[in-house]
Amino acid sequence: MRDFIFYLLVIGAGTGGELCVTRAMKAVGEVKDFRPAALLRVLLSTMRVSWMWVGLTLMGIAFFSLLVVLSRENVSLVVPVTALSYAAGALGGKFFLGEQVAPKRWMGLLLVCIGVAVVIIGQQ
Amino acid sequence: MRSSGGLHFKTFLFIFLMVIFGPLGNVLLGKGMKRIGAAAIGSPAEVFDLLSRVLTSGTIWLGIGSLITFFVAYMLVLSWADYSYVQPTSSVAYGMVALLAHFMLHEVVTPMRWMGVLLICLGVLVVGHTPPRTTEPG
Repeated sequence: MRDFIFYLLVIGAGTGGELCVTRAMKAVGEVKDFRPAALLRVLLSTMRVSWMWVGLTLMGIAFFSLLVVLSRENVSLVVPVTALSYAAGALGGKFFLGEQVAPKRWMGLLLVCIGVAVVIIGQQ
Repeated sequence: MRSSGGLHFKTFLFIFLMVIFGPLGNVLLGKGMKRIGAAAIGSPAEVFDLLSRVLTSGTIWLGIGSLITFFVAYMLVLSWADYSYVQPTSSVAYGMVALLAHFMLHEVVTPMRWMGVLLICLGVLVVGHTPPRTTEPG
């Protein structure tokens, strides 16, 4: 049960963090100039968007939770289970960012979820 | 104009770096955390103790370095290659993690777990064959 909470944090906080970073990057706008000075300006702009800080904090929590889970379970179990973040990301993308998730993408995500279920069942 | 062969070579090189360093980073984090032992974080003192052990572990820093290398390679390859071309390669990483865990950490990867990993790879591959952008750029 305790591990379940950390898995939930890895997937939930990790995906939430990525969604917040995506939202921040969308607010900054598409990066078209890849020269170092321009990239530095983009970096400074992202730091002024509060979503970026929320995102980085959530990603930090996810990383720390991943370390906790890795101290208890095998890597070959933990990493496949974190693939559930694809499904969490699609849900977040749909409801948080207003993305349209095509049926084909849902089908792929279903396969990911079945794969994770098989990995977990194989563990027990 | 840049030759197509050169662009292909550069793309494959960076994707190769991604497929190696992403899983390697995770495996090194796993190895480092196994050395530290099962994390107990019941009190602030235990959290602080865990953090100090994590931050002084060379293996974990190697893992973080590998993950940063993966991330930089990912960002760079996305600057010239299509997302829909690059993203499905991340599915290979799940198989690579299982392989590295087996050979580097001597973990037992059961046939059932291989089957699950294969299904995950297929699922990520299907996701990668959908349009990468469904909203209008802001």
